[in-house]
Amino acid sequence: VLDDLILTLIVLVPLAGAIIVGFLPRKGKLIQGFTLAVTLFSFLCTLHLPAHFHYGHTGFQFEQDAIWIANPEIHYHVGVDGISMWLIVLTGLLAPLGVLASWNAIETRTKEFYFFFLLQQVAMYGVFISLDLILYYGFWELSLVPMAILIAMHGRSQGGRAAIKFFIYTFVPSALFLVAILALYARTQTFDFVLVQQKLGSQPGLFGPQALWFISLAFLFAFAVKVPVFPLHGWLGDVFSEAPTAMAMVVSGKLGIYSILRFHLALFPAQARQIAPLMIALAAIGIVYGALVALVQKDLKRLLAFATLSSLSFCTLGIYTFAASGLSGALFHILSESITGAAMFILLGLMYERYSSYDIHQYGGLASRMPRMTVLFLVTTLSLIGLPILTGFVGEFLTLSSGFQVNHLYGTIATTGVILSASYMLWMVQRVFYGANSPMVERTTVPDLFLREKLTLWPVAVLMLVMGVSSTLWFRAIDEGIAPLATQPAATTAHLEAR
Amino acid sequence: MNLPSEFVPSYYRILPEIIMTIFGVIIMMADGMIAPKNSRRSLGWIAVLGTLLATAASVWQLGLAPGVGYSGTVQTDAFSVFFHLLICGIVLVSLLVSLDATKAATEDMGAYYALVVFGAVGMLLMTSAVELLLVFVGLEISSISTYILAGFRKKTGKSPEAAIKYFLLGSFATAFFLYGVALTFGATGTTRIADIASLLPHSSTPSLTWIALGMIVIGLGFKVSAAPFQVWTPDVYEGAPSPVVGLMSTAPKAAAFAVLLRITYDAFSTLHAHWTVLLWIMAALSMTIGNLGALRQQSVKRMLAYSSIAHAGYLLVAFTALSRDGIAAASFYTVSYAAMNVGIFAVVSHVGGYDDRLTLVQDFRGLGYKAPVLTGALAFFLISLIGIPFTGGFFGKFYVFTAALHAGIVWLAIIGLVNSGIAAYYYLRLLVAVYAKPIENSGVMAVPAISWTLAVALALTVGATLVLGIAPGKVLGMAQSGATTLLPAAPPNSGPDSTSPPALAVNR
Repeated sequence: VLDDLILTLIVLVPLAGAIIVGFLPRKGKLIQGFTLAVTLFSFLCTLHLPAHFHYGHTGFQFEQDAIWIANPEIHYHVGVDGISMWLIVLTGLLAPLGVLASWNAIETRTKEFYFFFLLQQVAMYGVFISLDLILYYGFWELSLVPMAILIAMHGRSQGGRAAIKFFIYTFVPSALFLVAILALYARTQTFDFVLVQQKLGSQPGLFGPQALWFISLAFLFAFAVKVPVFPLHGWLGDVFSEAPTAMAMVVSGKLGIYSILRFHLALFPAQARQIAPLMIALAAIGIVYGALVALVQKDLKRLLAFATLSSLSFCTLGIYTFAASGLSGALFHILSESITGAAMFILLGLMYERYSSYDIHQYGGLASRMPRMTVLFLVTTLSLIGLPILTGFVGEFLTLSSGFQVNHLYGTIATTGVILSASYMLWMVQRVFYGANSPMVERTTVPDLFLREKLTLWPVAVLMLVMGVSSTLWFRAIDEGIAPLATQPAATTAHLEAR
Repeated sequence: MNLPSEFVPSYYRILPEIIMTIFGVIIMMADGMIAPKNSRRSLGWIAVLGTLLATAASVWQLGLAPGVGYSGTVQTDAFSVFFHLLICGIVLVSLLVSLDATKAATEDMGAYYALVVFGAVGMLLMTSAVELLLVFVGLEISSISTYILAGFRKKTGKSPEAAIKYFLLGSFATAFFLYGVALTFGATGTTRIADIASLLPHSSTPSLTWIALGMIVIGLGFKVSAAPFQVWTPDVYEGAPSPVVGLMSTAPKAAAFAVLLRITYDAFSTLHAHWTVLLWIMAALSMTIGNLGALRQQSVKRMLAYSSIAHAGYLLVAFTALSRDGIAAASFYTVSYAAMNVGIFAVVSHVGGYDDRLTLVQDFRGLGYKAPVLTGALAFFLISLIGIPFTGGFFGKFYVFTAALHAGIVWLAIIGLVNSGIAAYYYLRLLVAVYAKPIENSGVMAVPAISWTLAVALALTVGATLVLGIAPGKVLGMAQSGATTLLPAAPPNSGPDSTSPPALAVNR
């Protein structure tokens, strides 16, 4: 019974938590404590999935399908496969970390903050489990609202501007995305992902090639902005530098990458292969461009924004090689990127709590004041630049090697990104942590890590190591999930050859 | 109670209108008996009672056999009851908001409540009338009361200005409508909607019927503030008292849309090739002008005025679908738009006050710090106006654009959805402002606590918007049965393979 209801439970726990938070009194750390309990419980719920996942079982698991709205028929259809399972667990893991990172950082409007924080959890879980296009679209759009409000409420100085920029950047493509979904419905008469996929595969005459091409583009555009893929990253810098830590941790990457895998590749295999050369080129440019821009940033959070752009481009590269190793490498990379990026955000956040600055030039010699934090920062940095035995290496290696097989030129260009990432990260570490103490570090005496911060960061650091050395644990499910995407369906091949 | 249609007494057919008229008269007479200095709140409660009774009467009408009364001038069917319930709901919430907002102002409140009630009579009559002259009478009753209500804050400069503008342009529009009715009579020899439909194909002067149709569409276009007949909207909404704007931006529009549906789909169904082009252009213009205009507004009320123009445009998209789904989508949209717009004006009138202390977007800055519940409601309505899922606003747009795409109207759907993307910007500006940190000595710190009448009004509107966003099935079902009465011989449901848009069934 629990297997059938677990996904609903995963969505309902944070939703119920959010509603209860709305009624809690603003007193002491009550709201924080309650939210932490809720997020820990929902993390436990997500762990049920890998524990009871049936390997070697194709199709979706833990499925639940009920009619939500009768006309036009919209289902509450949820399910999990190898693509989404670890992303759900990841979402569950990052939530308590987000609460702990906001524990002291968020002092005002705590009730609103944690209410919207939990609502954001609901939306993200919903995106990963929905198998009905409208249900999916609902959660996809819902995920914008808490993010925008929290950026506006708790932004550093330009929060309102960043919130609007983020919202418009993602909402306008979503409007075209909705047109595309409705256009699919007009011919297939269903919003169900599985049925749409079947009908598109078995009835190639349902749409003209041009119509399907535009529909697939509308899907891809909406997702690419959300990832973001170069050159659609205009919102990233502002949002990263304004958003509160707990929100910045989850704003980029996984929702977009997951949606590309689930919808763009699975629904439009032929169109995705047609556009693949362009996407690979953009990915290679994104890797190098992001790294080069990161090199010259003065603000730590903006540096991280462009590092993220560079890092996420590895995922895009891997996906559009259509090689099994590239696809699973991309999926693994998004997991490790999210964890490493989250750790980086938490570290930057606690530096900001102590010094109220993200300016690289104001720091210097921090290692002498906060040796324990320096260790954790180094581990995270090394994972971010892809040092073997840490988690970042696995994904980068797989995506780069399959990228190289597809196109030597872009493979080579992308590989230089690895060197560049080492330079900007290590140069930043050198300037912030070593050398002579800067006036600001000299002036302010600050404590090293608190217990709460240690409890937040050490598990993550250990996880980076575990994921680096025994990645097969994750690849078991991932490989199964992406297998259908890597094999080109026979009908598609014939279709492409005919062109 | 199941009398055959021909034995239903005629006054049953207009029972809600009768009830409202009686209560309007009671309020006017009671107003004279209360000493000038005393509070008029009790009159507001009488109006609330009357509206509740009219609502009950409308529900009761559902049990009657559908049919006409008063020699075929009024008709009760699922369509009229649907709009009756909607209008009664809007009036009810607006009365509650007025009771909250006008606490201090005691000037002529008796007349105020009486006008709201009499205006409602006109709107109710518009939705059940099936005779163009009676439609005109209803239109006049509702328009005249809203003209006066718009100018109710006599001591400010803007309110009388708004009333005069509204009156001049509004009566111009009504004249267009009346002229169209006269030309229709000239072309067909009748003003009854059902007869027009059957006589129109045999008219010896087809060009006259086109002009008549055009005049009627122009007249109603003014009333629903569709472009290019929208110019009065921002000034009037800015000047009129906020609780009145909540009412007049929704209820008369819902009634006018109901009339437009009846006239286009029933009376002029044979001319659909002509009016779909007209409405296509009006829809595209309204969405674009409304949204682009709203982008530049600093005043919240003016912004919402432009937004209401844009929403009229979205609604007109559904008209061009030429199907029962289109009618149902249009009806559903009026409900979801009414819920969120009445709600947002409830918040605006409470925050701004009856005398519009706070009018600009930056005046609302930091409201979230002073009044979290009020701000939460405001944020929810804004999200619904943007069209985020799990709100009524989303399903309104969803049904409209599904119907349009199903009918093969791709470009208008794309224009509409891109417009809704642009629209997000100006709603967000307000949303971001209310959640930003307040500035020093901000006016929002003087916002009074929520009274229980406002709490009820907010609960009703938030609840309605949420229900429409999570379980829209019930309201959509009612809208669909209303649509069936307008377009009974609907085309057989076009299967997935049909490529041609479902044509309007014209078999009279």
